[in-house]
Amino acid sequence: MSESNIKLTELLITVVSRMLRDLNHVAVGASSPIPGAAALLASGLGKGSPKVTILGSKSVNSFTDGGKELFDCAGQGRIDAFFLGGGQIDGDANVNLVGIGDYPHMDVRFPGSYGSAYLYYVVPKVILFREEHTSRTLVQKVDFISAPGKTEKNIYRPGGPHSLVTSRCVFMWEKKAQCFSLHSLHPGETLQTIRKNTGFDYIEPKKVINTLEPTEQEKKLIHGDIGKMIAEVYPSFASSRLAVDS
Amino acid sequence: MKSLSIKNLLTSLQNLVANIEDGSQIVIPPDYSFVPMEITRALIRKKARDLRLVAAPQTGLQADILIGAGCVSEIEAAAVSLGELGNAPRFTEAIKAKKIELKDSTCPAIHAGLQASEKGIPFMPLRGIIGSDILKYRNDWKISENPFKKISNDSILLLPAIHPDYAIFHAPYADREGNIWIGRRRELALMSHAAKKTYVSVEEVRDTNLLDNEETAANALPSLYINGITICKKGSWPLGLSDLYDADRNHLQKYASQARSKSDFSKYLESYVFV
Repeated sequence: MSESNIKLTELLITVVSRMLRDLNHVAVGASSPIPGAAALLASGLGKGSPKVTILGSKSVNSFTDGGKELFDCAGQGRIDAFFLGGGQIDGDANVNLVGIGDYPHMDVRFPGSYGSAYLYYVVPKVILFREEHTSRTLVQKVDFISAPGKTEKNIYRPGGPHSLVTSRCVFMWEKKAQCFSLHSLHPGETLQTIRKNTGFDYIEPKKVINTLEPTEQEKKLIHGDIGKMIAEVYPSFASSRLAVDS
Repeated sequence: MKSLSIKNLLTSLQNLVANIEDGSQIVIPPDYSFVPMEITRALIRKKARDLRLVAAPQTGLQADILIGAGCVSEIEAAAVSLGELGNAPRFTEAIKAKKIELKDSTCPAIHAGLQASEKGIPFMPLRGIIGSDILKYRNDWKISENPFKKISNDSILLLPAIHPDYAIFHAPYADREGNIWIGRRRELALMSHAAKKTYVSVEEVRDTNLLDNEETAANALPSLYINGITICKKGSWPLGLSDLYDADRNHLQKYASQARSKSDFSKYLESYVFV
């Protein structure tokens, strides 16, 4: 693994964790090692708050009512933040976890929608996380809407998109304008590199800040307890991206 | 004197899978929960065909290997993936080649359909989903108005009951009465309650009765729901089982790479299934 890869991993974990402060309960779903580590970091710095549930973990998961409990919990408003990824994400904050091409016999098939078509509606703060930031992943229009960013007014929807975090920058979802705006640039990125690698249009405010780098305390936690905890569910990630062996 | 009712349920692996007819609808657990891999290998050996799988609510290795071996005609799932090892190769290939029917779903919709069956009711309402393309391709799902609405125009989705022929899973142990220890993996209870019949493999039978003691009773799936039990050591291998053993990562990696090509997948079956 390279030094710069570890630095980027630390940065992404830190950026996401800062969005989770002051929440009561954060849940993390399938294939989400960085959001998982971020939730643990927020909880570690907050002395146990927010509470964290990581699906697939035995130690970071207090559910006792089976696979449905996450969704029941979310439906009641007992989960404050969740994460969604996607093979494609577009400027309307639609996520595609199903595939590329014409449904159903698509050219490229992804695993499937998981709980996105429900959780995106009922969890107040849904953070979209997609590391690969290219015009291939951040597209003008997704090929399949697993879960929509926007819905008709008469549809029950206390939840929805909060932000989109990539390996290059952070976009915030503007509720009023119903689109993304560029919020902060990770080290080495410019307004031009973001524009060039983003397939959808977004607001570019006059002031775009630099993404805050992790503190020594945050780095220490990431490579200590948090690395070990995340290795339980994501052993390959922990060893390749954090140099932590399970 | 206690009845030893497990005696009526115990059978060989071969006899157990002989009960599962071609064309059956089978509900299977997610990859992290008590996956019956030895039963799966026995289904492949008996050349099961046209199985209709329902993943509760997602699956990975188990469905991929059954699909690759030609046992499956349809799958309903919220996702099919090998997790950290990437896409499920035989599933992905079968979708592209139009070899299986896929009913794309989302996790709580599958839970809700099973819960409807569990209650013996025809459907279950669920929030969300309206606006997702999943709904576009599910002619069996319907939008209704909330009959208890306080505001006007409160649309809600109705999902038909999912009533599988069989639920199958692998558990750490059965007691002498045929009750199965499932711990906190309550989705196994949901699967079993919803299915017409449940067949289970276990690591061992223990000379105890889980229902005798309140502390252990909460961990039990009562034998009331169980139609057959077989004993298989390491019955979830290469996946893990609860606190008993971890997933065999080296083997899973080997599967993930061998399953990428049809001929290497056949070799995999020769080495690990038809033995």
